Amino acid sequence: MSETALHETLPVGSPGHKAGGWFGMMTLIVTEASLFLYLLFSYYYLAFWSRSGFVPSPLPKFDLALPDTAILLLSSVTVWWGERGSRKSSRRQMALGLIATIALGAIFVCIQLVEWTQKPFHFNSSTYSALYFTVTGFHMAHVVAGLIILIALLVWDWLGYFDRRRHAPFAIGAIYWHFVDAIWLVVFFTIYVTPYLGVR
Amino acid sequence: MMSVPETDILPRTVDLADDPHLPERLNRIWETAPGLYGWISSVDHKSIGRRYIVTAFVFLLLGGLEALVIRLQLASANQHVVTPEQYDQLFSMHGITMIFLYALPVLSGFSNFLFPLVLGARDMAFPRLNAFSYWVYLAAGLFMYASFLMGAAPDDGWFNYAPNSLPAFSPGPNMDFYALGMIFLGVSTTVGAANFVVTVLRMRAPGMTLARMPILVWGTFSASAGILLAVPAVSLAFFLLWLDRTFGTKFFSSSDAGQPLLWQHLFWIFAHPWVYIIVLPAMGLVSDALPILCRRPIVGYGLVAGATVATMIIGFGVWAHHMFATGLPPIASAYFSAASFIIAIPSAVATFAWIATIWSGRPQFTTAFLYFAGFIVMFVIGGMSGVVTAAAPADLQITDTYFVVAHLHYVLIGINLFGVLGGLYFWFPKMTGRLLGERLGRWNFWVTFIGFNAAFMPMHLTGLMGMPRRVYTYPADPGLNLVNLISTLGSDVLGVGILLFLINVWLTLRRPRTAPANPWNAPTLEWSLPSPPPAYNFAVIPTVASRHPLWEDRMDNRSGRSVLDRGLALDDGKEALATTVLEARPDAVLKMPGDSPWPFALAAMMSVFFSALLSQSWWIGAASIIGLMVCTVIWLWPERRLAQTAEPPNV
Repeated sequence: MSETALHETLPVGSPGHKAGGWFGMMTLIVTEASLFLYLLFSYYYLAFWSRSGFVPSPLPKFDLALPDTAILLLSSVTVWWGERGSRKSSRRQMALGLIATIALGAIFVCIQLVEWTQKPFHFNSSTYSALYFTVTGFHMAHVVAGLIILIALLVWDWLGYFDRRRHAPFAIGAIYWHFVDAIWLVVFFTIYVTPYLGVR
Repeated sequence: MMSVPETDILPRTVDLADDPHLPERLNRIWETAPGLYGWISSVDHKSIGRRYIVTAFVFLLLGGLEALVIRLQLASANQHVVTPEQYDQLFSMHGITMIFLYALPVLSGFSNFLFPLVLGARDMAFPRLNAFSYWVYLAAGLFMYASFLMGAAPDDGWFNYAPNSLPAFSPGPNMDFYALGMIFLGVSTTVGAANFVVTVLRMRAPGMTLARMPILVWGTFSASAGILLAVPAVSLAFFLLWLDRTFGTKFFSSSDAGQPLLWQHLFWIFAHPWVYIIVLPAMGLVSDALPILCRRPIVGYGLVAGATVATMIIGFGVWAHHMFATGLPPIASAYFSAASFIIAIPSAVATFAWIATIWSGRPQFTTAFLYFAGFIVMFVIGGMSGVVTAAAPADLQITDTYFVVAHLHYVLIGINLFGVLGGLYFWFPKMTGRLLGERLGRWNFWVTFIGFNAAFMPMHLTGLMGMPRRVYTYPADPGLNLVNLISTLGSDVLGVGILLFLINVWLTLRRPRTAPANPWNAPTLEWSLPSPPPAYNFAVIPTVASRHPLWEDRMDNRSGRSVLDRGLALDDGKEALATTVLEARPDAVLKMPGDSPWPFALAAMMSVFFSALLSQSWWIGAASIIGLMVCTVIWLWPERRLAQTAEPPNV
């Protein structure tokens, strides 16, 4: 171990997954995942202890939520495709991937807002209604944060900041977006599926 | 000086003797700009660490003064030193201050100051985030203390049980200060923890494998991982409480499907791990410093490091032992009681390791040693009373009595404050260049130790006699006068002890900087540097071959010799070395950010945001969110000189 001179070159700065920011994003994802864990724990806890009729009828419908889920999952694919563009220094592929992801994310938010307005209850009508809006609202806030990140990435791509070696912000933003999509699956399962499995 | 970074380089290795101007060059690159701007925008982990410690001590004094008023009120029966409302605010703010604004931040101060120095690094992984976490801590502390100016400090105790904290029973802004202040503070705690975790994973000197890290690194690393997992629970709980209070939702009220007990679950899922979070780093400080004062390595390094991690993990499975009296199902009580017994095992492992270290070493009875020895004694007493409260049937009798107050003070003052005071006597020369006075130090220790025990030992009895905690006063007949009077006198002596410490610090700071680099003849990397260390810490990046780089002469080392005077120079601008996670092999040359005003600006903007929420000024709140986003994007804008952007095509 006492050999101190280096014989191999080292990457400089923030190269891809060796960037400090990549590790930092991982810690953010761990703590945000915990946040949703506690939020959903609260949902199940309150549902479990309420006598009956926790979820007001009609039970949540799939007509908007299911296509919305598909749209969000598709956006994970597009951001992945865009990130692949960074490996071949294709600014065009990066930009197209980002634009598609931003569009899909924005559609997701719009459909969610439509669904919010169609609900027969308000934010503080009941414990359930407050939970419904808090859980989906927390998730939507994360989607909006993700959209801002994607827009920043698009601007930076347009300014020519990324190439084959320098794309750490893209990798970091993309993993955050995947995380937001993964969390949606858990939220979707809790809010839309479990009422039909008896949690109501 | 600062060239355009290439993507790959072969970094230059130098012998310190061959390049006498290297330190001077590095100093120009690393030192903070003078003046107010430099003070606000400094990202030097050593200044940030010292700021954390000083600020935490100011909060310790405030919380201590609150406690002295509480003890004055309880000195004898039927007193009216303060009104019942003031009393509620005093004991609530005392708990909030000590647990959130003193206990963790003071340890963050130690870790901020020490991490890069003991790891052989030039800075933390995220220097600007480090400054940000300090400014947010300061702002959140001021935010909560601003409630006193309105005469509306939190008054529902630090664990803030619903439904008592809901508007029906707590109509003023008191609990809003607490709810929003805790969400605010959680930001500081979380980003600080992320920084410690990534620093441990990425910034260790070459050769510093996981098994060569000092125990204090294990302590803060475990606690930081715990913070990332636990703090969201309390931030969420306070957010839901704020919704209940502001918009009339029904999460914690007993109407509709709300559940007051949900509050207790969310709070203790956070707050029990928190108890370990605010002691594990202090246990780490002691595990590193105590053996040095016993002139030997710690007994059972691997066991102590493992016990540290195990304590944090088991600490997540015991939260409901705070809730035995709430009517949990017997099976749940049995489980949480058993888990609480099990957690005594790793604590005992550490305790026996310390005792064996003293037993088999040659103790040097400095003030720091006395504090560490006192720490062990009080940890044992607090641990034993903890075992008593972990037994569900016994707990039903003593919960919410002064027995619990005695227990938690033995644990928190014993393991946190005594560890911190000992740690300050030990690392003060490294932080300031001056050794604290030893003669006054002895007085300081004995007065503090006697005062503490006189104040809190009788409380076990007070509790067993049935006096509940948090009551404003008590009648004369049940015979509680004597024990309470002794506690009050003891707390005054304890206050004198802390005063002696402050006098010692003040006298020491007036003396010239004469501390040698290694006054305790210690083995770890921070003691290879001058006291205080230069802005860049290490002129060349050291290579580590053992847990005791400075003791290798006298210890049998099969793993070779550490090299401290020859290594990577990394002097092409502000540079640091990233190493691999497990084996600490050189992995990348990091371009470190310089001083930046954005952390301060972002913290200031967050203060506006939370003040707007408090006063329900929604438009100001919305505007400050936009401001926060703009500041964040500017902060994160990729910079050419940090090698975050591609080569411009025309170069």
